[in-house]
Amino acid sequence: MYRYDEQDHALVRQRVAQFRGQTERYLAGELKEEEFLPLRLQNGLYVQRLAPMLRIAVPYGLMNSAQLRRLAHITRKYDKGYAHFTTRQNVQLNWPNLEDVPDILAELAEVEMHAVQTSGNCIRNTTTDQFAGVARDELVDPRPYCELIRQWSTFHPEFAFLPRKFKIAVCGANEDRAAIRAHDIGLQIVKNAQGETGFQVFVGGGLGRTPILGAAIRDFLPETDLLSYLEAIVRVYNQLGRRDNKFKARIKILVKAMGSEAFARHVEAEWEQIKDGADQLTPEAITWAKRFFPEPAYKSFTDGHGDAVLRDQAGEDKAFARWLERNTFPHRVNGYQSVTLSTKPTGIPPGDVTDRQLEAIAELADKYSFGEVRVTHEQNVVLADVEQEQLFALWQEARKHGFATPNIGTLTDMICCPGGDYCSLANAKSIPVAEAIQRKFDDLDYLYDLGDLDLNISGCMNACGHHHIGHIGILGVDKKGEEFYQIQLGGNSTKKASLGKVLGPSFSRDEMPETIEKILDVFVENRQPEEFFIDTYNRIGLQPFKERVYAKAS
Amino acid sequence: MPKPAEPAVKKPVGEQPENPAQLILDGAVASNQWNLLPLGGEAQITADSLAPGKVILPLSLWLELREQLHDRREEIGVWLDSDETADLLGDDAKALPLIAAHFPAFTDGRGFTLGRLLRERYGYTGELRAVGNFIRDQLTYLTRCGFNAFAYQGDEPLENLLGSMRDFNDSYQAAVDQPLPIFRRRALD
Ligand code: HEM
Ligand code: SF4
Repeated sequence: MYRYDEQDHALVRQRVAQFRGQTERYLAGELKEEEFLPLRLQNGLYVQRLAPMLRIAVPYGLMNSAQLRRLAHITRKYDKGYAHFTTRQNVQLNWPNLEDVPDILAELAEVEMHAVQTSGNCIRNTTTDQFAGVARDELVDPRPYCELIRQWSTFHPEFAFLPRKFKIAVCGANEDRAAIRAHDIGLQIVKNAQGETGFQVFVGGGLGRTPILGAAIRDFLPETDLLSYLEAIVRVYNQLGRRDNKFKARIKILVKAMGSEAFARHVEAEWEQIKDGADQLTPEAITWAKRFFPEPAYKSFTDGHGDAVLRDQAGEDKAFARWLERNTFPHRVNGYQSVTLSTKPTGIPPGDVTDRQLEAIAELADKYSFGEVRVTHEQNVVLADVEQEQLFALWQEARKHGFATPNIGTLTDMICCPGGDYCSLANAKSIPVAEAIQRKFDDLDYLYDLGDLDLNISGCMNACGHHHIGHIGILGVDKKGEEFYQIQLGGNSTKKASLGKVLGPSFSRDEMPETIEKILDVFVENRQPEEFFIDTYNRIGLQPFKERVYAKAS
Repeated sequence: MPKPAEPAVKKPVGEQPENPAQLILDGAVASNQWNLLPLGGEAQITADSLAPGKVILPLSLWLELREQLHDRREEIGVWLDSDETADLLGDDAKALPLIAAHFPAFTDGRGFTLGRLLRERYGYTGELRAVGNFIRDQLTYLTRCGFNAFAYQGDEPLENLLGSMRDFNDSYQAAVDQPLPIFRRRALD
């Protein structure tokens, strides 16, 4: 992974010093509340319902075991002993004291971490595929580009006060595991006819109040032009994006209002002026960035090695077989497999981990996966490089620590925002809905039979839980001070991205598990063999679901 | 995207920049030699009625009077409101001794782009002044975007602000103060 040099260390240390000064001025009453606000947001600090919330950056989701151990220590020393993995591959602490935040940042800086630009109207943490570098369907490893984007966007002087927050996601594989079209800029790595690497560029995606999928404004951007093109896009947005209404300030509104062709023309005109300038990536810079993501010291196994052993082990142990089926992912290197540690056992808020679990993940990473992990946008954790022969041992240890719930990709592996339990913006609680659904659908055979199914829950229309792009999306709504839940169907975050459609009037919390059951029944009754929920939905549409769910009791 | 400068449409008068007696200029506290004219009174102002001395005109007024004020070139500056882009001045920028960018709210970041474009695209070398409601914590970024003068409207004594101009001694990306991004300066092998 990327390692800081002296310059990176100095910059992050200077940032900590700067924020310490700002916090002191704020506490001394020298810095006004409204002035401190964007400064603290750009350091990841929200003020929440119960306490401040600190969002720590995990660049493109990648962490090493030393960083995990430091996080564990920080949650113990400054928080309540747990942390939360987010859909933007970051980590959140729910209970730090404002006064302690500079010290927390100083501790993070020692292990090459920070909370820079994890919030606020600036360019946020760049996200990517959790299987970057190891997936079989990958064209090019996106991480070196993510790191170059991280450096370009960090403390960018021109873009620290944009009209709104700005998110970039990069995908280097055939399958989109980074939901790139739900981002302000989505970058799909492609190869042209000459075999050169470049990017297909999507702009103007985003969820929230007005969900929109990004539009392609360029089919092939040579890799050397990555940063200058990003600069052109954000510059156009900074000049022309609306600032009169925060709900209309996102780039998606600008792109929609101008039309994506007109927007693209502006970007191209701007880019024309700067493309040959200093931001053009040199081949040396690309090679240099790639050097931080080398192949780990894989052993060499022959094709099919390990498969036989796994077959035997799976044959003898049904629980292991289930886990192997759901929680591991094929690896491009013979004899290896990637493992997803599930943070979604029933009754634990999705994405929550304790300090001990963080340390356990660190141990597992050291022992089984070259000391590194990835946070997924589904709020789980991936050990990317596990020898197949070690899977059984890893599984047993993961089970002890509560990470081996074999539900990855199923209904109970839901994305869920903190909702009304923590978030002051919530219209409704989301964690108890997640839990009630997990409790109702605890039969693994049934879950497996349903197959891959994304259920996403947000406590309000800010859409932190990505409800628009869940096959089933649940949105907390407020009706005269009471909590209700609206259901959407048909969202999809993959290559065939789509936004969910509202099913109809909302439900009370008590009605939710049963309503989900009715939806699943319609699916099961209508599906063709082996068909996934989303495909059945696309085939039969909303109506049959609507009829069942809102049928009058006769 | 250079376009010919055209008279800006008359727009509603929002919050206006003030014109404090002192400012920060090139890293030191200095007294303000310029008189900034607010938006609003343009209709009454002609080249002849314009008070003598150094004066900063709103863009619209300057576009109207610039030919007539040719002889006073050294003492006529222009300020741009936050919705006015650098291309409205375009190549005319070069000839001006002072350009000011208005920050109606410190969260309005359009002036950062304006600064860079004036310096990097339109070859502007004169005084680039931030006016309005920017805050001390933005001085580093403003400096990086080419501003060298700060007409601060807050309560803090200007001396207190000087330290914030260099919160960072290096940067990842190129800007006015640093023509090369870090990936071109690092020894990459
Ligand atoms: C309790 C703390 C949180 C607060 C106050 C908060 C606040 C917000 C707000 C205000 C937005 C709306 C922005 C907009 O689209 O205009 C938003 C969006 C979002 N938040 Fe959060 N959030 C919190 C926690 C989380 C968590 C825990 C996650 C991940 C699980 C998350 C991930 C996201 C994502 C992915 C969006 C999507 C917006 C988009 O792409 O358009 N947030 N959040
Ligand atoms: S979706 Fe709403 S309730 Fe959930 S975390 Fe985001 S802002 Fe809070």
